[in-house]
Amino acid sequence: MALIEINNLKKHYTSGEDTIEALAGVDISIEAGEFITIMGHSGSGKSTLLSVLGGMNHPTAGEVEMAGVKLYDLPGEELADFRAQHLGFVFQSFHLLPYLTAVENVMLPLAIVKMSTHDKKSAACKALEQVGLGAKTDRLPNQLSGGEQERVAIARAIVNNPHILLADEPTGNLDSTTSEHVMALFRELNDAGQTIVMVTHNAENGRYADRTIALRDGKVVNS
Amino acid sequence: MKLHTISINNLKRRKAKMAFLTIGLMVGIATIVILMTLTSSMSRDIEHKMEEFGANILITPQSNGLSMNYGGIGLGGVTFDQREIREEDLAAIKTIANNKNISAIAPKVLGGIQIGKHDVLLVGVHFDSELKMKQWWRIFGEAPATDNQLLLGSDASKVLNVSSGDTLQIKGETFKVSGVLEQTGSQDDALVFASLKKAQDLLGKQGRITLAEVAALCSGCPISDMVTQIAEKLPDAKVSAIQQVVEGRLKTLDQFKRFSYAMAGVVVFIGSLIVFVTMMGSVNERTTEIGVFRAIGFRKKHIMRIILFEAALVSLLAGCLGYLIGMGGAALALPLMAESKNAHVAWDATVAGGSVGLALLLGLLASLYPALHASKMDPTEALRAL
Repeated sequence: MALIEINNLKKHYTSGEDTIEALAGVDISIEAGEFITIMGHSGSGKSTLLSVLGGMNHPTAGEVEMAGVKLYDLPGEELADFRAQHLGFVFQSFHLLPYLTAVENVMLPLAIVKMSTHDKKSAACKALEQVGLGAKTDRLPNQLSGGEQERVAIARAIVNNPHILLADEPTGNLDSTTSEHVMALFRELNDAGQTIVMVTHNAENGRYADRTIALRDGKVVNS
Repeated sequence: MKLHTISINNLKRRKAKMAFLTIGLMVGIATIVILMTLTSSMSRDIEHKMEEFGANILITPQSNGLSMNYGGIGLGGVTFDQREIREEDLAAIKTIANNKNISAIAPKVLGGIQIGKHDVLLVGVHFDSELKMKQWWRIFGEAPATDNQLLLGSDASKVLNVSSGDTLQIKGETFKVSGVLEQTGSQDDALVFASLKKAQDLLGKQGRITLAEVAALCSGCPISDMVTQIAEKLPDAKVSAIQQVVEGRLKTLDQFKRFSYAMAGVVVFIGSLIVFVTMMGSVNERTTEIGVFRAIGFRKKHIMRIILFEAALVSLLAGCLGYLIGMGGAALALPLMAESKNAHVAWDATVAGGSVGLALLLGLLASLYPALHASKMDPTEALRAL
């Protein structure tokens, strides 16, 4: 069975009397260990799809099944627990907390996990080493370059060994050289077994992925 | 990394806002501490004065007599049924409910007696309790220590032409004048004081007393209640309060207390509003941050815990500073408000604990809605980018 099964997924937004169909019946199947990029023009529904996959945006219709769990059947705060245990997020604007050092930012998902502070720090340092920032653990975000901040964001996303890594335009704010380095890092993580679903508008990024899904007007046009 | 690490680091980052929040709450707490400490110090000051003023409850024999007195000029009285108080009955006073508020009981026996060619009023007293009650007495010589010693009022000493160390003959007995009172301007100036037992013997009133004065410490207890309680214990006595001046002051203080509490309420309300607005602003500024927390799996309760922990830390700081500043303010204001130079501000653990507790309670209550609001934020809306 696939790690992620999306069946007839629909998401409608209403604005006044208008209804916007962000996702119009999407069916996708993603195997464990795959590196998928989702591409499409602005308004194609790719970011909506990622937020639904992330358990943060209830669909209007359809099902999302991850690791055997029907995501939106989970009651109350169990969806938050699922995110904590199975998902890692990398955001376009990094969204690092400016008042925490690199290692503290990476430790953030572990703040709600029962572990000793020492173990949390070890895990965070290991994640930072994995993204090549082992020497800058005590830097604040404003003391790091854009590419380095993105790496810290990736380290934060992988620190709790998630089943699936979701990334939203991770190279959107980076120059081309830095973008390549970041994409190479994602490739390395995928080579190590990490399942990755990445939303991007940059066609160049597609060459690092195993498969690219193109969206147009809320529908999959190739898979 | 624990949830409180996030709170502490956020407080460090938003120093100006948190300082504003702390000051807002601190001013409220300091105001309450100033008002409470001032009223309590002033109460103590008045209590002290009450002791200095002496008796505030008078016990006299019950009678059906009609006072014949007009404009301070006494014309004698018509007594139909004069009852007496027995000395042993006074022990019952110490069994009243408010007995802890009794500072001293001073029984007296009064009677006219002839000394030489002069008629004088002899007063038998327990000198220990009398001197405790009449702290304004200044004695030339010594207070009587034995039954054969007398204390004379200043006018009495002049009329009898004796001074401290001289002797007097009363009914064939020799008494030594151990001391003479400095002029008091009261009836005491004309009196001759002897020990209660000796005066009872001389007047032929063994075991009986004419009146008793009771000094009560009563800023917290109602004198009228004590009067009722004593009257119940001594049915044959007339018990009345003589405390108009002090009571007037206590009433003024009570009005000041009420005004203080009203003012404190307004200040606390404003302080809470400052906490609410600042915390709400802080939560709205941190929308993205809260979105990240929710995205990485924080539960609503985790978000609330972060916000409330911040509020608790700030409130604790505001409570401690508010108490210290309030005590300082009270120490500065007390000399201007209290009448006595002896009035002082007392460090009170209850007020200290209450200040910190109140600050904590207000801070948490005022932050509850902002915390709930934060916890209910939609992570997708919060992050927007997703």
